[in-house]
Amino acid sequence: MIPLTYYLAISAMLFMMGVLGVLIRRNPLIIFMSVELMLNAANLAFVAFSRAFNLLDGQIFVFFVMTVAAAEVAVGLALIVIIFRTKHSINVDVMNSLKG
Amino acid sequence: MLLSEASNSGFFSLVPLIVFFPVIGLLINLIFGGRMKEKAIGWLASAASGLAFVVSVLLAVSLSAAHGEAQVVPFAEWIKIGSLDIPWNFRVDTLSVTMMLVVSGVGTLIHIYAIGYMHEDVRFKHDEKRFRRFFVFLNLFIAMMMILVSGDSYLMLFVGWEGVGLCSFLLIGFWYEMDTLGRPSWANSNAAKKAFITNRIGDFGFLIAGLLMFWHFGSVQFSAVFGMAEEVAAAQPGVILAITLFMLLGVAGKSAQIPLYVWLPDAMAGPTPVSALIHAATMVTAGVYLVARSAPLYVTVPNAQYIVALVGAVTALFAATIAVGQYDIKKVLAYSTISQLGFMVAAVGMGAFVAGMFHLVTHAFFKALLFLSAGSVILGLERGHHHLSKHKGHEGHHEEHEEVFDPGDMRNMGGLRKTMPVTFWLYLIGTLALAGIFPLAGFWSKDEILADAQLHYPVVYILLTIAAFLTAFYMGRQIWMVFFGQARHEAATHAEESKPIITAPLMVLAALSILGGALNLPYLHTFTHWLGYSLGGEGAEAVAEGAAHVAEATPWYVVGGLNLIVAGLSTLLALLAIYISWLIYGRKPLEAGQKDPLKKALGFVFTGMERKWFVDEIYWAAFVDRYVDISRFLADVVDGRFWHDWFHEKVLAGTYNWLSRIFLDMRFDTQFLDGFVVNKILADGVKQISAALRRLQNGFVRSYALAVLAGVVAILGYLLIR
Repeated sequence: MIPLTYYLAISAMLFMMGVLGVLIRRNPLIIFMSVELMLNAANLAFVAFSRAFNLLDGQIFVFFVMTVAAAEVAVGLALIVIIFRTKHSINVDVMNSLKG
Repeated sequence: MLLSEASNSGFFSLVPLIVFFPVIGLLINLIFGGRMKEKAIGWLASAASGLAFVVSVLLAVSLSAAHGEAQVVPFAEWIKIGSLDIPWNFRVDTLSVTMMLVVSGVGTLIHIYAIGYMHEDVRFKHDEKRFRRFFVFLNLFIAMMMILVSGDSYLMLFVGWEGVGLCSFLLIGFWYEMDTLGRPSWANSNAAKKAFITNRIGDFGFLIAGLLMFWHFGSVQFSAVFGMAEEVAAAQPGVILAITLFMLLGVAGKSAQIPLYVWLPDAMAGPTPVSALIHAATMVTAGVYLVARSAPLYVTVPNAQYIVALVGAVTALFAATIAVGQYDIKKVLAYSTISQLGFMVAAVGMGAFVAGMFHLVTHAFFKALLFLSAGSVILGLERGHHHLSKHKGHEGHHEEHEEVFDPGDMRNMGGLRKTMPVTFWLYLIGTLALAGIFPLAGFWSKDEILADAQLHYPVVYILLTIAAFLTAFYMGRQIWMVFFGQARHEAATHAEESKPIITAPLMVLAALSILGGALNLPYLHTFTHWLGYSLGGEGAEAVAEGAAHVAEATPWYVVGGLNLIVAGLSTLLALLAIYISWLIYGRKPLEAGQKDPLKKALGFVFTGMERKWFVDEIYWAAFVDRYVDISRFLADVVDGRFWHDWFHEKVLAGTYNWLSRIFLDMRFDTQFLDGFVVNKILADGVKQISAALRRLQNGFVRSYALAVLAGVVAILGYLLIR
């Protein structure tokens, strides 16, 4: 059986990739995908722990995370469409109207 | 719960319900009562009280199954500070259950009576909305009284003690914007305030007693205090004496004893069911209950016992003399109540706790009966008066010109025997029971007190015997004045009998007044054995000693614990008193407007009785006026001239003005404060800091996300390497 540490390492790597993607990329679609990456990193950790401790709670939690992620994408894409209609661009650096 | 199961464990766990049934009743009436009909409100309140009675009966049954062993039912944690731990526990023993039965039993009957009484009362006084408020207060009273009698500590008892005081205040001032005749005035609310303030004086004594108890015993739980009573009494006899005497002050306030009795006659301003329930049957007996409950404390200090007995006996006689000179039907009963409370206090003071409690129970029966019948008489006269004024209205008279009619004045009554026969017979039963005529309830309980007094305290015995004689006399006077002779006012000729909802509860009370003596018959002594369980140790010994005393001497005239000479003498005196009252008031009935025949015979003595021995006037001159003087001194001189004129104006304002002028002269404000501190340091500093911070707010979501990441990493890192 593959040790728990391996799964956690992969989960951490995925998470860092997601974080870097969010921080570096300017295309909101890519940023969204990076967010998904982070969520799935968390899912992987949940499932791994669930297997390791023989508890079902982690598996159930993953379903909730997936549901939330789906809802989040739906809202996010709708926002992007609206922003594109008003600003004719989806570059995140254009969206700085709240700058002090 | 099944019955078989109940006989094992008992119904003791149900005891909190005796408080919560009335509370539920009052909450429903409070919230939904606005949309309910009068009947529904009244019956709901009666049911709440009735259910409490059912629970009390179940408790009594379980208790006798458990051979009277006291039960403590923990209910909730209440106060827990350091070593002080006062839980809200219910105490179920024979003493508290006796009180519960009386409170809820008589209370329920009075609730039912009040449905009929208040229905008419709110209409005569033109405020039908107030019907609901009455029953809310009445249920609140039952709940508070239950807390008082079921508490397991002096503090819990005190909670109930204050609660019933509040209910008494609310109900005396029920018609707060009028006087007893319905004229606009603050008389009723003044009576309520008088009761409340007088009771405060007594409560202050009770509070001191409680604090002393906490200080010297470290607890206010009954069992802890009583367990240490002997020890403390041996070490510091003064402490117990102080506690019992301060407690006596509380008793004097609540149970209307000298010197604090003055509030009870004025409390008759409340509606009649209130006078019956609170100011005759239950609340005012709380003081007697307190002394009986504290029996283990009182028996360690005979001096305190003697003082209590003397206070009770003097009150009994003093109030009885005043009752002879009163004209208001309820005032006579009020002074009679004070007098009978004197009997009870004297009894428990002498250590005759059973006799005192026995008289408490029978008195609750017949005094409630008398008050409620008096209420029926008053309503009957109101009806007659209403009838008259309607007819007069047709003849063209106006109400403004009409003299104010007092339906409670016995000089307006007479001959009601024919118009109100049911009420007459009920009133007669109550009167005979109160006068102590064989074989009604009052005979047995009063003679038990007299027999105990005759054994140990001759002075008390003589005072109480004279009081008993006067009791029979003033009750005889009342019967002749109210029900015999000719009507002395037109309203009395048109008086109408009350409806069954009013008379039915009275019949139950009348039956209890006749049969109540069976509780403690000679030879059987059911009630003595029943209470012996909870009076425990000393109390039971005292009871046993009394019995033994009788047993060892057993002269021919003592039969089964009944002293025939004492009983016979008091009965003869009562009959003699009733005969004398017939000679004065019955043989030649009073004419309308005629003065009381006793006035000629007794002269200034009767004037004294009529004017209540001027006690109110003396109190007013000695305390109220002095209090007003002190208040005026404090307001004018201390607060006005010293505090306001001198300290505030001269010292504070003057110094402030002087200082500010100096600062202005030095340009301290304009140059240093405004120029340097405010402009330079504060304003410029804020400007620079904000310029630096503004750079952080660059509007890029990415940099905010980076900040969040940095924060998370910092926190997690700290948690890891901690």
